[in-house]
Amino acid sequence: MKIVVCIKQVPDTKGGVKFNPDGTLDRTAMLAIMNPDDKAGLEAALRIKDEIGAEVTVLTMGIPKAEDVLREALAMGADNAILVTDRVLGGADTWATSTTIAGALRNLDYDLIITGRQAIDGDTAQVGPQIAEHLGLPVVSYAEDIKLDGDSVVVKRQFEDRYHELKVQMPCLITALSELNEPRYMTPGGIWDAFDKDITIWGRNDLKDVDDADLGLKGSPTKIAKASDKVRKGAGEKVNLDAKESVEYLVGKLKEKHII
Amino acid sequence: MDFTLDKKHEMARNLFKEFAETEVKPLAQEVDETEVFPRETVTKMQKYGFMGIPVPKEYGGQGCDPLTYVMCVEELSKVCATTGVIVSAHTSLCIDPIMTFGTPEQKEKYVRPLATGEKLGAFALTEPGAGTDAQGAQTKAVLDGDEWVLNGSKCFITNGKEADVYIVIAVTSVTEDKRGRKKKNFSAFIVDKDAPGFSFGTKEKKMGIRGSSTYELIFEDCRIPKENLLGAEGKGFSIAMHTLDGGRIGIAAQALGIAEGALERCIEYTKERKQFGRSIAQQQNTQFKLADMAARVEAAKLLVYKAAQAKATQKRYSLEAAKAKLFAAETAMAVTTEVVQLFGGYGYIREYDVERMMRDAKITEIYEGTSEVQRMVIAGNLLA
Repeated sequence: MKIVVCIKQVPDTKGGVKFNPDGTLDRTAMLAIMNPDDKAGLEAALRIKDEIGAEVTVLTMGIPKAEDVLREALAMGADNAILVTDRVLGGADTWATSTTIAGALRNLDYDLIITGRQAIDGDTAQVGPQIAEHLGLPVVSYAEDIKLDGDSVVVKRQFEDRYHELKVQMPCLITALSELNEPRYMTPGGIWDAFDKDITIWGRNDLKDVDDADLGLKGSPTKIAKASDKVRKGAGEKVNLDAKESVEYLVGKLKEKHII
Repeated sequence: MDFTLDKKHEMARNLFKEFAETEVKPLAQEVDETEVFPRETVTKMQKYGFMGIPVPKEYGGQGCDPLTYVMCVEELSKVCATTGVIVSAHTSLCIDPIMTFGTPEQKEKYVRPLATGEKLGAFALTEPGAGTDAQGAQTKAVLDGDEWVLNGSKCFITNGKEADVYIVIAVTSVTEDKRGRKKKNFSAFIVDKDAPGFSFGTKEKKMGIRGSSTYELIFEDCRIPKENLLGAEGKGFSIAMHTLDGGRIGIAAQALGIAEGALERCIEYTKERKQFGRSIAQQQNTQFKLADMAARVEAAKLLVYKAAQAKATQKRYSLEAAKAKLFAAETAMAVTTEVVQLFGGYGYIREYDVERMMRDAKITEIYEGTSEVQRMVIAGNLLA
């Protein structure tokens, strides 16, 4: 069985966020980690590998520094790693990103593709399902549990007020929630092995069946008008009233805002 | 000369740091208060290969270098010195001598389960009447047919009752020199926990590293197979000294970790603590003390890492190990004492980690060769 896990290097939320003049994130200036949802997706793949045996390949698109998360994935137990990196791919929105990753995936054999639900930097949750669309694969998003059943996968999908249990035939794509599992640590020996392994580097020319017009900043329909750090909310209005007055005050406010 | 860590070691450090912060730190205070061996943590460390870091993969280890192992002990000790010494005694004092002096059969039988963490190791040299002066040792081993018979007792043994495999140093003969002075000759043995005649005495109640299981070992006609002699007969003293050279690097790493952990907490605390309308970190007295501590910790780190590299590349590293242990241990004691002082009354309260760290630091100046012994080793080398 062959599993490809798409992972992303994202800014560590513990560090500061820095922007380029064009409003995109300045990834070179920030501390970076493996996106938590993606890490859960990788753990799910590694558990399948532990249980029944599978070849797990991790793939990321990013700047050369993104190699770090690939090494981390190898140190956790992934077998192969591919970095898709090229200047012409920079500044990509979800459309250009999913086009790029789909172009890379067309070179690979797979039974199952796992992505994280969403990355903690963009929070769009679009790339996974878009990849499936490009490749014509069934997709199950928001997976909280993944079980193999012959040539199918049974996925427990988180929904607003319930779960859906869906059985889907492979090949397919699943987007994982960080609630899916508790990812394992690397091992010291795994780290040493990870640095002995070669990481496959692909550029624009290695992408299959993609149009230049769909790549990079130029191929991105999303235009960022302005990006900034979160603005802190003020302390809000404080009143000091007794119980009866408080109720009247609150009801008045709710009526004022047409909530009741 | 390059003092920066490569990416591989940097990633290993991040792993140890994350593990220590997430899995070890939350238990540190409880482990100290209750004096209970943190078995749960050891099981987790086993799962992630921390119990055999510098051991070759062919023997079930992780195949990393001594520096990676040293960084593991350092990061664990930043949050819990008890956990640091469990790994150090197991790896440096039990696995290392079997790897260095063991037969292929001994390595296969003992190193593999120790390196995977399935079994825990310990080392027994010290006796009630023999600390720095090994000639005071009384524990004897006599060959009887196909078995060695051990009689005597050992004290202050780290991982004492929790271990499964013990390296035991015992007197196997007494010879006289030309002037008629008697000299004890030692041999090293591998003893399984379930060996007949082997039992445990009292558990020591200690000032620090209170979760570490420190016991007296008792041998009463304890019989072990003949093939459990480690190295050549009569070579036990040099095996023990060689083992302690490696052990001292582990303890130096533990001391370094304690000092770094205390300094980190001190920086956080002095920024928060306000007196006379501003944080105490803004007082020049505090700043000078922080600067002195930081410089000293960095110097200790360079000595410890240099000793780890020496172990990887040199046949003998007694001098590097002695310098690293002496300086790191005294740094740990000085830094933790200063940090408690900067914390003021809160530093004396058990709720704050630094009180524990000061108690934990003291042992690093004593075990695996006191600071005085390290000075003897260094001076002996200078004057040789």
